[in-house]
Amino acid sequence: MDLASIVFLVLAAILVGSALAVVTLRNIVHAALFLVLVFGAAAGIYILLNAEFIAIVQILVYAGAVTILILFAIMLTQNPNSRGSNPMNRQALIAAFIAAALCAGIIFALSQNNAISAAASQAVTQNAGTAVAIGNLLYSPTSYSYVLPFEIATLVLLVAIVGAIVIGREED
Amino acid sequence: MLLSLNSFLVLGALLFCIGLFGALSKRNAISVLMGIEIMLNAVNITLVAFSSAFQHSAHGARLSGQVFAVFIITVAAAEAAVALATIIAIYRRKSSVDVTEINMMKW
Repeated sequence: MDLASIVFLVLAAILVGSALAVVTLRNIVHAALFLVLVFGAAAGIYILLNAEFIAIVQILVYAGAVTILILFAIMLTQNPNSRGSNPMNRQALIAAFIAAALCAGIIFALSQNNAISAAASQAVTQNAGTAVAIGNLLYSPTSYSYVLPFEIATLVLLVAIVGAIVIGREED
Repeated sequence: MLLSLNSFLVLGALLFCIGLFGALSKRNAISVLMGIEIMLNAVNITLVAFSSAFQHSAHGARLSGQVFAVFIITVAAAEAAVALATIIAIYRRKSSVDVTEINMMKW
């Protein structure tokens, strides 16, 4: 077993373990801190897949911004009679059944699909960095690229920022 | 082989289902949001794994998976901002973030 496989196993174990901690822990602050671990391990998986750019963006946006947002929301919504509590609702058993059934279904479908298993027979390729290619694919005005979706995404962000401010401010 | 496409897809499926369980089974609205974030991460892992596995395919399609992952991260950030603002606004009115108690839009 080579080094990359060991790294993959460790990262996958951290990912699944801390994701389970996020959904099962009763203290919501602890759950949010385990969420940081999920995001960090996912960034490691991206590096393993030669996607350094996505890994950096993952650290910046998820482990940085989204976690801070969630922690601030937890801080602002603590009230004395629900302190530290993060209970399951009544449908938890049904939810567990649905999630397990979906997981089994996806894994069964993966084992049945010939096109995917043909591609899966060779290892994920290891080669040089991809940030330049992603930049070309995102911004290039001449060749085939995602300029228009990128601009729409900026518009979505702007609308979300304005919407968050309008929804979240005090009514006067 | 451990580092093949399938192992990454299975990891993505596992994470997605854990996130789905969290989103379906929690009472606290912020916990529901955390479950959704885990699901989005699982989808990103799947997309990046596909993009790495099919790196030598046709022109332009080479890194599309990673570009889609960038877009998903954008939408997830926007969604988190709006959702948390909504949760705080609801908390200000009802002093609770329990999703089983919030039924203002139900009739």
